[in-house]
Amino acid sequence: MKRVLLFLPLLIAVGVGVFLFAGLGKDPTKLESVLVGKPVPEFSLESLDNPDVKLDPSVFQGEVSLLNVWAEWCPSCWDEHEYLMYLAREQGVRIVGLNYKDQRENAFRFLNRLGNPYETIIFDPKGTLGFDLGVYGAPETFVIDADGVVRYRHVGVVNQKVWDEVLLPVIAQARGSS
Amino acid sequence: MRLLPAFLAVLMMLSGPAIAEVSEVYDFDTRAEEQRYQQLISELRCPKCQNQNIADSNAPISKDMRDEVYRMMQDGASNDQIVGALVDRFGEFVQYKPPVDNRTILLWAFPAIATIGGFLIVAGVVWRARRREDEPPLSAEDRARAEQILASQSDKADRR
Repeated sequence: MKRVLLFLPLLIAVGVGVFLFAGLGKDPTKLESVLVGKPVPEFSLESLDNPDVKLDPSVFQGEVSLLNVWAEWCPSCWDEHEYLMYLAREQGVRIVGLNYKDQRENAFRFLNRLGNPYETIIFDPKGTLGFDLGVYGAPETFVIDADGVVRYRHVGVVNQKVWDEVLLPVIAQARGSS
Repeated sequence: MRLLPAFLAVLMMLSGPAIAEVSEVYDFDTRAEEQRYQQLISELRCPKCQNQNIADSNAPISKDMRDEVYRMMQDGASNDQIVGALVDRFGEFVQYKPPVDNRTILLWAFPAIATIGGFLIVAGVVWRARRREDEPPLSAEDRARAEQILASQSDKADRR
Protein backbone atom coordinates (compact mmCIF):
# COMPACT_ATOMS: atom_id res chain seq x y z
CA MET A 1 0.00 0.00 0.00
CA LYS A 2 2.80 2.38 0.97
CA ARG A 3 4.59 1.62 -2.31
CA VAL A 4 1.54 2.40 -4.37
CA LEU A 5 1.16 5.73 -2.58
CA LEU A 6 4.63 6.71 -3.72
CA PHE A 7 3.34 6.82 -7.29
CA LEU A 8 0.60 9.27 -6.39
CA PRO A 9 2.62 12.43 -7.19
CA LEU A 10 3.56 10.98 -10.57
CA LEU A 11 -0.08 10.20 -11.35
CA ILE A 12 -1.15 13.71 -10.34
CA ALA A 13 1.61 15.27 -12.45
CA VAL A 14 0.61 13.17 -15.49
CA GLY A 15 -3.05 14.08 -14.98
CA VAL A 16 -2.31 17.79 -14.78
CA GLY A 17 0.00 17.46 -17.80
CA VAL A 18 -2.71 15.84 -19.93
CA PHE A 19 -5.23 18.49 -18.87
CA LEU A 20 -2.89 21.37 -19.69
CA PHE A 21 -1.73 19.80 -22.95
CA ALA A 22 -5.32 19.53 -24.14
CA GLY A 23 -5.66 23.29 -23.70
CA LEU A 24 -2.44 24.12 -25.54
CA GLY A 25 -3.72 24.00 -29.11
CA LYS A 26 -6.82 26.08 -28.43
CA ASP A 27 -6.88 29.68 -29.54
CA PRO A 28 -8.32 31.63 -26.63
CA THR A 29 -9.15 34.62 -28.82
CA LYS A 30 -11.78 32.58 -30.71
CA LEU A 31 -15.00 32.44 -28.79
CA GLU A 32 -17.94 30.29 -29.71
CA SER A 33 -21.00 32.32 -30.52
CA VAL A 34 -23.88 32.02 -28.08
CA LEU A 35 -26.21 32.53 -31.03
CA VAL A 36 -25.49 29.08 -32.48
CA GLY A 37 -28.84 27.34 -32.75
CA LYS A 38 -30.77 30.59 -32.38
CA PRO A 39 -32.35 32.76 -35.06
CA VAL A 40 -30.59 35.89 -36.26
CA PRO A 41 -31.56 38.76 -33.91
CA GLU A 42 -34.28 41.11 -35.07
CA PHE A 43 -33.09 44.13 -37.01
CA SER A 44 -34.28 46.67 -39.51
CA LEU A 45 -31.41 48.36 -41.29
CA GLU A 46 -30.81 50.10 -44.58
CA SER A 47 -29.34 48.33 -47.54
CA LEU A 48 -25.88 49.67 -48.36
CA ASP A 49 -26.82 50.22 -52.00
CA ASN A 50 -30.09 51.95 -51.36
CA PRO A 51 -30.99 53.86 -48.16
CA ASP A 52 -34.67 53.53 -49.00
CA VAL A 53 -34.61 49.75 -48.84
CA LYS A 54 -34.97 48.34 -45.33
CA LEU A 55 -33.58 44.88 -44.68
CA ASP A 56 -34.67 42.52 -41.90
CA PRO A 57 -33.94 38.89 -40.92
CA SER A 58 -36.09 37.65 -43.81
CA VAL A 59 -33.07 38.12 -46.12
CA PHE A 60 -31.79 34.83 -44.70
CA GLN A 61 -34.92 32.84 -45.45
CA GLY A 62 -34.95 30.14 -48.09
CA GLU A 63 -31.28 29.44 -48.66
CA VAL A 64 -28.19 28.67 -46.62
CA SER A 65 -26.06 31.81 -46.55
CA LEU A 66 -22.84 33.16 -45.17
CA LEU A 67 -23.13 36.40 -43.25
CA ASN A 68 -19.82 38.18 -43.57
CA VAL A 69 -19.12 41.08 -41.22
CA TRP A 70 -16.72 43.52 -42.87
CA ALA A 71 -15.61 47.13 -43.02
CA GLU A 72 -13.33 49.24 -45.12
CA TRP A 73 -11.22 50.10 -42.05
CA CYS A 74 -10.56 46.46 -41.22
CA PRO A 75 -7.22 45.28 -42.66
CA SER A 76 -8.02 41.57 -42.49
CA CYS A 77 -11.17 42.20 -44.51
CA TRP A 78 -8.99 43.34 -47.39
CA ASP A 79 -7.06 40.09 -47.06
CA GLU A 80 -10.02 37.77 -47.13
CA HIS A 81 -11.99 39.59 -49.81
CA GLU A 82 -10.38 37.85 -52.73
CA TYR A 83 -11.35 34.50 -51.29
CA LEU A 84 -14.94 35.66 -50.76
CA MET A 85 -15.01 36.67 -54.44
CA TYR A 86 -13.89 33.17 -55.33
CA LEU A 87 -16.55 31.59 -53.09
CA ALA A 88 -19.32 33.69 -54.56
CA ARG A 89 -18.26 33.34 -58.20
CA GLU A 90 -16.80 29.86 -58.45
CA GLN A 91 -18.57 28.01 -55.66
CA GLY A 92 -21.92 29.75 -55.95
CA VAL A 93 -22.09 30.49 -52.21
CA ARG A 94 -24.70 33.02 -51.20
CA ILE A 95 -22.99 35.69 -49.13
CA VAL A 96 -24.82 38.42 -47.28
CA GLY A 97 -22.60 41.29 -46.20
CA LEU A 98 -22.84 43.23 -42.97
CA ASN A 99 -21.03 46.51 -43.41
CA TYR A 100 -20.01 47.15 -39.83
CA LYS A 101 -19.40 50.65 -38.38
CA ASP A 102 -18.35 51.98 -41.73
CA GLN A 103 -19.18 54.93 -43.95
CA ARG A 104 -21.01 54.45 -47.22
CA GLU A 105 -18.43 56.14 -49.39
CA ASN A 106 -15.58 54.12 -47.87
CA ALA A 107 -17.54 50.93 -48.30
CA PHE A 108 -18.22 51.72 -51.97
CA ARG A 109 -14.56 52.53 -52.56
CA PHE A 110 -13.62 49.16 -51.05
CA LEU A 111 -16.08 47.28 -53.24
CA ASN A 112 -15.12 49.18 -56.39
CA ARG A 113 -11.54 48.23 -55.88
CA LEU A 114 -11.92 44.60 -54.85
CA GLY A 115 -15.26 43.58 -56.35
CA ASN A 116 -18.57 42.71 -54.74
CA PRO A 117 -19.18 39.10 -53.67
CA TYR A 118 -22.31 39.97 -51.68
CA GLU A 119 -25.84 39.30 -52.79
CA THR A 120 -27.14 41.85 -50.32
CA ILE A 121 -25.31 44.18 -47.98
CA ILE A 122 -26.77 45.32 -44.68
CA PHE A 123 -25.54 48.78 -43.72
CA ASP A 124 -24.86 48.96 -39.97
CA PRO A 125 -23.00 52.24 -39.34
CA LYS A 126 -23.57 52.19 -35.59
CA GLY A 127 -22.85 48.51 -35.20
CA THR A 128 -26.21 47.75 -33.59
CA LEU A 129 -26.77 44.46 -35.39
CA GLY A 130 -23.09 43.68 -34.92
CA PHE A 131 -23.55 44.20 -31.19
CA ASP A 132 -26.60 41.93 -31.09
CA LEU A 133 -24.65 39.29 -33.00
CA GLY A 134 -21.82 39.50 -30.47
CA VAL A 135 -19.35 40.70 -33.10
CA TYR A 136 -16.13 41.65 -31.33
CA GLY A 137 -13.72 41.87 -34.21
CA ALA A 138 -14.25 42.07 -37.93
CA PRO A 139 -13.99 40.04 -40.04
CA GLU A 140 -16.43 37.48 -38.72
CA THR A 141 -18.40 35.03 -40.79
CA PHE A 142 -21.62 33.34 -39.72
CA VAL A 143 -23.24 30.33 -41.35
CA ILE A 144 -27.01 30.88 -41.41
CA ASP A 145 -29.36 28.13 -42.50
CA ALA A 146 -32.41 28.43 -44.73
CA ASP A 147 -34.64 29.09 -41.71
CA GLY A 148 -32.53 32.03 -40.61
CA VAL A 149 -30.92 30.13 -37.72
CA VAL A 150 -27.25 30.72 -36.90
CA ARG A 151 -25.28 27.49 -37.34
CA TYR A 152 -21.73 28.64 -36.83
CA ARG A 153 -19.57 31.71 -36.31
CA HIS A 154 -16.00 32.00 -37.52
CA VAL A 155 -13.84 34.84 -36.17
CA GLY A 156 -11.05 35.93 -38.47
CA VAL A 157 -10.11 35.58 -42.09
CA VAL A 158 -11.85 33.04 -44.32
CA ASN A 159 -9.41 31.22 -46.59
CA GLN A 160 -9.15 27.87 -48.36
CA LYS A 161 -8.19 26.04 -45.17
CA VAL A 162 -11.02 27.51 -43.10
CA TRP A 163 -13.46 26.85 -45.91
CA ASP A 164 -12.43 23.21 -46.40
CA GLU A 165 -12.07 22.28 -42.78
CA VAL A 166 -14.64 24.39 -41.01
CA LEU A 167 -17.26 26.21 -43.06
CA LEU A 168 -17.98 23.69 -45.82
CA PRO A 169 -18.86 20.84 -43.42
CA VAL A 170 -21.21 23.14 -41.48
CA ILE A 171 -22.83 24.39 -44.69
CA ALA A 172 -23.22 20.85 -46.01
CA GLN A 173 -24.94 19.88 -42.80
CA ALA A 174 -27.19 22.96 -42.86
CA ARG A 175 -28.16 22.20 -46.45
CA GLY A 176 -28.82 18.57 -45.65
CA SER A 177 -31.15 19.20 -42.75
CA SER A 178 -33.32 21.92 -44.18
CA MET B 1 18.15 72.87 -4.84
CA ARG B 2 15.28 74.79 -3.36
CA LEU B 3 13.61 74.58 -6.76
CA LEU B 4 13.54 70.78 -6.68
CA PRO B 5 10.14 70.40 -4.96
CA ALA B 6 8.61 72.86 -7.41
CA PHE B 7 10.21 71.04 -10.30
CA LEU B 8 8.85 67.71 -9.06
CA ALA B 9 5.41 69.24 -8.60
CA VAL B 10 5.43 70.42 -12.22
CA LEU B 11 6.54 66.98 -13.38
CA MET B 12 3.71 65.34 -11.48
CA MET B 13 1.19 67.72 -13.00
CA LEU B 14 2.47 66.94 -16.49
CA SER B 15 2.29 63.19 -15.89
CA GLY B 16 -1.47 63.39 -15.29
CA PRO B 17 -2.68 62.81 -18.86
CA ALA B 18 -0.46 59.76 -19.31
CA ILE B 19 -2.51 57.75 -16.81
CA ALA B 20 -5.86 59.16 -17.89
CA GLU B 21 -8.40 56.40 -18.34
CA VAL B 22 -11.25 55.84 -20.71
CA SER B 23 -12.59 59.18 -21.73
CA GLU B 24 -16.35 59.24 -22.14
CA VAL B 25 -18.39 60.78 -19.37
CA TYR B 26 -21.79 59.62 -18.23
CA ASP B 27 -24.15 61.50 -16.00
CA PHE B 28 -25.71 59.72 -13.06
CA ASP B 29 -28.45 60.98 -10.81
CA THR B 30 -26.92 59.61 -7.66
CA ARG B 31 -23.53 58.62 -6.40
CA ALA B 32 -24.82 55.11 -5.71
CA GLU B 33 -25.81 54.70 -9.36
CA GLU B 34 -22.38 55.76 -10.47
CA GLN B 35 -20.79 53.25 -8.12
CA ARG B 36 -23.08 50.54 -9.44
CA TYR B 37 -21.98 51.41 -12.97
CA GLN B 38 -18.30 51.32 -12.03
CA GLN B 39 -18.83 47.99 -10.29
CA LEU B 40 -20.57 46.51 -13.33
CA ILE B 41 -18.02 47.60 -15.89
CA SER B 42 -15.16 46.40 -13.72
CA GLU B 43 -16.70 42.91 -13.56
CA LEU B 44 -17.35 42.58 -17.28
CA ARG B 45 -14.60 41.29 -19.51
CA CYS B 46 -13.73 42.65 -22.91
CA PRO B 47 -14.14 39.94 -25.59
CA LYS B 48 -11.55 41.53 -27.86
CA CYS B 49 -8.75 42.33 -25.43
CA GLN B 50 -9.24 39.34 -23.24
CA ASN B 51 -7.30 40.26 -20.16
CA GLN B 52 -8.98 43.57 -19.52
CA ASN B 53 -12.31 44.48 -18.10
CA ILE B 54 -14.44 46.86 -20.12
CA ALA B 55 -13.69 49.66 -17.66
CA ASP B 56 -10.01 49.64 -18.61
CA SER B 57 -10.27 48.72 -22.25
CA ASN B 58 -10.14 51.21 -25.08
CA ALA B 59 -11.40 48.74 -27.67
CA PRO B 60 -14.47 49.97 -29.60
CA ILE B 61 -16.40 46.90 -28.50
CA SER B 62 -15.78 47.82 -24.86
CA LYS B 63 -17.14 51.28 -25.47
CA ASP B 64 -20.25 49.76 -27.04
CA MET B 65 -20.63 47.53 -24.01
CA ARG B 66 -20.23 50.45 -21.59
CA ASP B 67 -22.82 52.39 -23.60
CA GLU B 68 -25.19 49.44 -23.35
CA VAL B 69 -24.63 49.09 -19.58
CA TYR B 70 -25.34 52.80 -19.15
CA ARG B 71 -28.38 52.71 -21.41
CA MET B 72 -29.87 49.72 -19.61
CA MET B 73 -29.20 51.34 -16.23
CA GLN B 74 -31.08 54.44 -17.35
CA ASP B 75 -33.94 52.13 -18.36
CA GLY B 76 -34.02 50.80 -14.82
CA ALA B 77 -32.57 47.35 -15.48
CA SER B 78 -31.15 45.30 -12.63
CA ASN B 79 -27.54 44.12 -12.53
CA ASP B 80 -28.61 40.59 -13.45
CA GLN B 81 -30.56 41.83 -16.45
CA ILE B 82 -27.63 43.90 -17.68
CA VAL B 83 -25.09 41.11 -17.28
CA GLY B 84 -27.61 38.68 -18.77
CA ALA B 85 -28.11 40.85 -21.85
CA LEU B 86 -24.37 40.97 -22.50
CA VAL B 87 -23.90 37.26 -21.82
CA ASP B 88 -26.70 36.53 -24.33
CA ARG B 89 -24.69 38.33 -26.99
CA PHE B 90 -21.07 37.59 -26.18
CA GLY B 91 -21.27 34.44 -24.08
CA GLU B 92 -20.32 33.63 -20.52
CA PHE B 93 -16.80 34.64 -21.38
CA VAL B 94 -17.62 38.27 -20.57
CA GLN B 95 -18.29 37.49 -16.93
CA TYR B 96 -15.28 37.47 -14.70
CA LYS B 97 -17.38 35.70 -12.07
CA PRO B 98 -18.91 32.58 -13.61
CA PRO B 99 -22.40 31.71 -12.35
CA VAL B 100 -22.74 28.76 -9.97
CA ASP B 101 -24.33 25.87 -11.84
CA ASN B 102 -23.70 22.20 -12.59
CA ARG B 103 -20.77 22.87 -14.87
CA THR B 104 -18.99 25.31 -12.59
CA ILE B 105 -19.77 23.79 -9.19
CA LEU B 106 -16.40 22.01 -9.08
CA LEU B 107 -14.64 25.28 -9.85
CA TRP B 108 -16.47 27.09 -7.07
CA ALA B 109 -16.21 24.24 -4.58
CA PHE B 110 -12.53 23.55 -5.21
CA PRO B 111 -11.15 25.97 -2.59
CA ALA B 112 -13.37 24.36 0.06
CA ILE B 113 -12.48 20.85 -1.15
CA ALA B 114 -8.76 21.67 -1.09
CA THR B 115 -8.99 23.24 2.38
CA ILE B 116 -10.94 20.33 3.87
CA GLY B 117 -8.69 17.80 2.11
CA GLY B 118 -5.56 19.52 3.42
CA PHE B 119 -7.04 19.67 6.91
CA LEU B 120 -7.85 15.95 6.81
CA ILE B 121 -4.30 15.10 5.72
CA VAL B 122 -2.78 17.20 8.51
CA ALA B 123 -5.20 15.70 11.03
CA GLY B 124 -4.27 12.21 9.85
CA VAL B 125 -0.54 12.87 10.19
CA VAL B 126 -0.97 14.33 13.67
CA TRP B 127 -3.22 11.48 14.76
CA ARG B 128 -0.71 8.85 13.65
CA ALA B 129 2.15 10.68 15.38
CA ARG B 130 0.14 10.86 18.60
CA ARG B 131 -0.64 7.17 18.49
CA ARG B 132 3.02 6.35 18.10
CA GLU B 133 3.89 8.52 21.12
CA ASP B 134 1.43 6.65 23.33
CA GLU B 135 3.11 3.32 22.66
CA PRO B 136 6.14 2.71 24.86
CA PRO B 137 9.16 3.02 22.57
CA LEU B 138 10.40 -0.40 23.70
CA SER B 139 8.59 -3.41 25.07
CA ALA B 140 9.80 -4.79 28.43
CA GLU B 141 11.39 -7.74 26.67
CA ASP B 142 13.29 -5.48 24.24
CA ARG B 143 14.39 -3.24 27.07
CA ALA B 144 15.87 -6.18 28.98
CA ARG B 145 17.76 -7.31 25.86
CA ALA B 146 19.02 -3.82 25.19
CA GLU B 147 20.28 -3.48 28.73
CA GLN B 148 22.02 -6.83 28.45
CA ILE B 149 23.77 -5.75 25.24
CA LEU B 150 24.78 -2.40 26.70
CA ALA B 151 26.12 -4.11 29.82
CA SER B 152 28.22 -6.51 27.77
CA GLN B 153 29.56 -3.60 25.71
CA SER B 154 30.59 -1.65 28.81
CA ASP B 155 32.26 -4.80 30.18
CA LYS B 156 34.43 -4.95 27.06
CA ALA B 157 35.25 -1.26 27.41
CA ASP B 158 36.25 -1.74 31.05
CA ARG B 159 38.56 -4.59 30.19
CA ARG B 160 40.53 -2.50 27.69
